[in-house]
Amino acid sequence: MNTALNHTSMKVNPDMPVAVAEGSGDLESPTHEAGEMACSHHEPADESILLEQLDDLLPEYVQKPGGLIPALQVCQSMFGYLPQEALKRISEAFGKSYSEVTGVVSFYSFFSVVPRGKHLIRVCLGTACYVRGGKEVLQALKKDTGIDVGETTEDRLFSLDAGRCFGACGLAPAVLVDENMHKRVNASKTASILENYRTSEGGKSHGDG
Amino acid sequence: MATLTINDILLTAPESSTILEAAARAGVRIPTLCNVEGCDALGACRVCLVEVAGARNLPAACSTPVRDGMVVHTNSPRVRKARKQTLELLLSEHNGDCQTCIRSRDCELRELSAELGVTSVRYQGEKTSARIDLSTPALMRDIGKCIKCRRCVQVCSEIQGVGALHPQSRGFDTVIGPAFMMDLDTVACVQCGQCSAVCPVGAITERDYIEDVWKAIADPERFVVVQTAPAIRAALGEEFGMEPGTLVTGRMCAALRRVGFDRVFDTNFSADLTIMEEGTELLTRLKSALVGGESVALPMFTSCSPGWISFTEYYYPEYLPNLSTCKSPQQMFGALAKTYYAKSVNKKPEEMTVVSIMPCTAKKAESQRPEMNSSGVRDVDYVLTTRELGRMLRQAGIDLPSLEDEGMDSLMGSSTGAADIFANTGGVMVAALRTAYEIVTGRELPGENLRVEPVEGLAGVKEASITITGANEEWSFLEGVTLNVAVAHGLGNARRLMDSIKRGDASYHFVEVMTCPGGCIGGGGQPRYTDDSVRLKRIEAIYREDQGKPLRKSHLNPEVQKIYNDFLGKPLGERSHHLLHTHYAQRDLVKSN
Repeated sequence: MNTALNHTSMKVNPDMPVAVAEGSGDLESPTHEAGEMACSHHEPADESILLEQLDDLLPEYVQKPGGLIPALQVCQSMFGYLPQEALKRISEAFGKSYSEVTGVVSFYSFFSVVPRGKHLIRVCLGTACYVRGGKEVLQALKKDTGIDVGETTEDRLFSLDAGRCFGACGLAPAVLVDENMHKRVNASKTASILENYRTSEGGKSHGDG
Repeated sequence: MATLTINDILLTAPESSTILEAAARAGVRIPTLCNVEGCDALGACRVCLVEVAGARNLPAACSTPVRDGMVVHTNSPRVRKARKQTLELLLSEHNGDCQTCIRSRDCELRELSAELGVTSVRYQGEKTSARIDLSTPALMRDIGKCIKCRRCVQVCSEIQGVGALHPQSRGFDTVIGPAFMMDLDTVACVQCGQCSAVCPVGAITERDYIEDVWKAIADPERFVVVQTAPAIRAALGEEFGMEPGTLVTGRMCAALRRVGFDRVFDTNFSADLTIMEEGTELLTRLKSALVGGESVALPMFTSCSPGWISFTEYYYPEYLPNLSTCKSPQQMFGALAKTYYAKSVNKKPEEMTVVSIMPCTAKKAESQRPEMNSSGVRDVDYVLTTRELGRMLRQAGIDLPSLEDEGMDSLMGSSTGAADIFANTGGVMVAALRTAYEIVTGRELPGENLRVEPVEGLAGVKEASITITGANEEWSFLEGVTLNVAVAHGLGNARRLMDSIKRGDASYHFVEVMTCPGGCIGGGGQPRYTDDSVRLKRIEAIYREDQGKPLRKSHLNPEVQKIYNDFLGKPLGERSHHLLHTHYAQRDLVKSN
């Protein structure tokens, strides 16, 4: 089961909220629980059921200092993105204004407020990856998928994102697909990488990072 | 205490103080574009940089605490260079249009650039894109002018407890605004305008209705009357460089006549009327509760302050029945000007234009509520803030300080001192007590000089108790009853008070809430810049106005007595019900899209 919080790259990814690294130990158990319920990520479930599950989960996070970001992460792992109705409920549960909550959401590139595809492709454009051709890799992926950064393919199979340094500079240029790190990617390799995800469920075995 | 030197001046300062605060005590002004009194220091604007001996970098004076033995220089070549560079960087992004900006006269960024001698900007790059938000009746936002200092974020969250504005996104793309960079009307903004009162540039301002008013005045078919809120007279002078706390009531009347209004009236008149209606409403609720044993909504909350009304509609809808049904004095005035007064000059409501001068931006929104049309048309047509009136007078070449005093016009122009103090936090409470106590006991409110000191001043939440003795026959059910009252100002304080009432920690009969710190004298539409020292001076001026009046209790206002005799009948009567009372409705915290 893929959930955002199970990302192995979490601790090395500065694009993600700092609180994850600090709080990941504490969060492990509720995260897994949330992950179990988060089948929607792959098989879209009724959002109203997920919203009820979210309501049940939130009180625990409200009590924790700095609980907002972990709550947003769990929410994203359940829905695959952060729906506005979920953000409203989070804002009410935490007694924080809606503008403050969306301010946090929009600060971190990790969070998405639009539904995402089954597989999230993230191209590193940090310095090392950039000088070794990250930009060309991104161009190739745009061409392969037919979408721009921040968009999702019509068949909801892929979403495309760009990040700034995944902490894997030795593997530059690096591309993360879901939790799999693909190293030393070049423009001619991208199509075959994607093909693996098109043909197999999850594509887990194809990561080489 | 810490002993330090600032620019070779030896001084001591409490260890909890910042370099910025310590410097002010030594008479050294350090410029800042983001610091707000009463809020945590952010160090966001980087203009207050200073040199501290032994420190590698230049720390921000606003967020660096003093230390014993510290050696600070605020005016070294390095500091001057860094400040200029910071300003140049701010200016390089700023989409300013200075010549035509509403803040061209008092823009802090422009003033500071001039002060520090920034004569050119060495950096060229992308400018913030201009985007105008006119979604609310009260406020205008222009994102292109925003320098992201976050003063608005701080007052909205920390002082007002609303949090409508927060940084969205990050880096160059950051927009200070409502959720998802949407317009202001999508979130629970109460339109108090405290953001517009602290914005250093033209990014958030009151919506300007001056041209509409000029147009009405120029139209010979229209009969244009103006009302001025109690708080204007203690602040308008500041628009003309006069000391805060200078009373300009008479000169303001003269100025408004020169502007061309057909009648110059006083919101104070309808403030006195509010006391008659609201005082009667309170006594009626108390009677139902104490005699009838009915379940009536107590405590009763005042309803003069439209930001507070919106706040209750958004955040405490379960307490809407506790709000007094009285319209605010502005709206009572509008409804009566277009009926009672219109009749006296043989005008139809639709031939009248009612203009309000208010210390408040939320009054603009209030006047546009759909239910505020008891006269058959919109009761109040245009609301100008004190700042707009200042601009209007300057446009007309009217030099307020040099005018001779004049008076208000009659029928809706007389007032008592009880109406004056509506401008101050605690004032509506005291005004109500002056009349209610006398109705119940036949004697004057005890306490020196008709004042109730526990509810005055700038403490956030204030309480008082008054035990009724010697109640006359009609009100004998109140004999020996101790009335508990509370007063809050600033919505953050109101939230604390409401939460304590909700938890059952406190129980009151009557509660006054004013949206803005200090009450209306500190309103979001008042002259900039309002801090506590300015608030206290305006408050003091209002008490002088009160104590200078021959009549200081609302029920003694002769024009109020006349309107009940000639037109309204009695407080809470049928006509009052139609013209002077209103209703409220719960609002969604986030507008559905």
